[in-house]
Amino acid sequence: MAYSDKVIDHYTNPRNVGTLDKSSHKVGTGLVGAPECGDVMRLQIEVDDNNVITDAKFKTFGCGSAIASSSLATEWLKGKSIDDAMAIDNMDIVEELALPPVKIHCSVLAEDAIKAAINDYRVKNGLEPIELEKSHH
Amino acid sequence: MNLPIYLDNNATTPMDPRVLEAMIPYFTQKFGNAASRNHHFGWVAEEGVDYAREQVAKLIGATEKEIIFTSGATESDNLAIKGVFEMYKDKGNHIITAVTEHKAVLDACKHVEKLGGKVTYLPVKEDGLVDLELLEQSITPETILVSIMYGNNEIGVVQPVKEIAAIAHKHGALFMTDATQAVGKIPVDVNADGIDLLALSAHKMYGPKGVGALYVRRKGPRVKVTAQMDGGGHERGMRSGTLNVPGIVGLGKACELARLEMDSEAQRLSALRDRLEASLSELEESYVNGNVQYRLPHVANISFKYVEGEGLMMAMKDLAVSSGSACTSASLEPSYVLKSLGLSDDLAHSSIRFGLGRFTTDEEVDYAIEVTKKAVTHLRELSPLWEMFQEGIDLNSIEWAEH
Repeated sequence: MAYSDKVIDHYTNPRNVGTLDKSSHKVGTGLVGAPECGDVMRLQIEVDDNNVITDAKFKTFGCGSAIASSSLATEWLKGKSIDDAMAIDNMDIVEELALPPVKIHCSVLAEDAIKAAINDYRVKNGLEPIELEKSHH
Repeated sequence: MNLPIYLDNNATTPMDPRVLEAMIPYFTQKFGNAASRNHHFGWVAEEGVDYAREQVAKLIGATEKEIIFTSGATESDNLAIKGVFEMYKDKGNHIITAVTEHKAVLDACKHVEKLGGKVTYLPVKEDGLVDLELLEQSITPETILVSIMYGNNEIGVVQPVKEIAAIAHKHGALFMTDATQAVGKIPVDVNADGIDLLALSAHKMYGPKGVGALYVRRKGPRVKVTAQMDGGGHERGMRSGTLNVPGIVGLGKACELARLEMDSEAQRLSALRDRLEASLSELEESYVNGNVQYRLPHVANISFKYVEGEGLMMAMKDLAVSSGSACTSASLEPSYVLKSLGLSDDLAHSSIRFGLGRFTTDEEVDYAIEVTKKAVTHLRELSPLWEMFQEGIDLNSIEWAEH
């Protein structure tokens, strides 16, 4: 199975690799997946007073498609409001990266990571976590 | 040096040009059916087959009449296991094998279970070797066959075949071995080892795909298998079907070359493998899988902790290797062979198999070392698990969301 050019691009030159200060109240951290399953994503967002994501960072343990999915997610998150970020759907990632069916779970994980990071931010700032659909993978 | 570099010689090997050369006449001028007993064309083909039979027999210390040509090791494994089960069912219905066997053996055993047979799947020790005591304890009066592979395809460990055969014989069972990875790479002698049935394949030893053989002992004891393919009664009634003459000639030539060049080649390859392993072990948190004493000369299986195998392979551009990780929604399960050594799933997901071969050069191995080191380092920079490890966080203390 060949990888799409976009997957290769994100994999070779991943955007926004790194770590934000997880103790800061402006930072939300999502850690999803499990080492036993072969993929773990950590996605972090930094949010300003207007609920706009000013920075996003990731680190991923996983296959090329998982790395590309999380790299793309950070690219999309920057500059988005929390509400718009919540609306990112895994199928948008599938489409953008032309992921084959066997790699759809990588995009699902990226969506989960975004939502987990937002909820972490909300809880830190005294808000209720948003009820999430049971993840479908 | 040409890129990409092929280091997946346990999956298949390129054909040796000398093998191809031996095969070519049998496609065109010498195209006869080896079973055509009444004319020149048949005789010429039969001559080619007979010579190949001798070449195969000689490599494993057998006689020509004990070699049954098949379409490959999968067919040989099936014929041996199902054929013995059918032939000896009055004697008993129990077969013993190991969890690290190739799927061809495991699935043939599953089939036997469906037919009412009983199968014991022995676990292996942490180094991949079968526990001989446990083997002996597992034998019952119903045991007709013990089937343990010679050398493992994923980690390369070589089983104590001679000891296993002795235990099987002591209790009146036959001993069969899937020697696909071992024949042509290390000395295999059916008499010295006490082997009753042995499966081998041409394409793992620089021969063509689609041809293999099953060794079936004729003396002490005389072993019989029930045919699984019915038809013209070829191969002493054990495997019907017009013989694949060019393929068989190629298998014969491959066996001859392997026999003549095995000693020097095994030495050269194990030195290269050791260099590869030593260099890659310089990377922190890298682990060689399987017993490092009893093993094939050309395989190295290494886990690079905190990086995922498939992602790693993508970074090892221009290297054709194989990983114990399969990151597809169909199978999130990592290699069952590595798991049976007691490796945790995350280490199994982090494994890479390097399979060296006859055409692997020093320069290619050096290049592979460099590329692998860079790839591991790059992916660890991307890995949240590596960061946690560096910070001293125990990954087992985290509640992971299994998916």
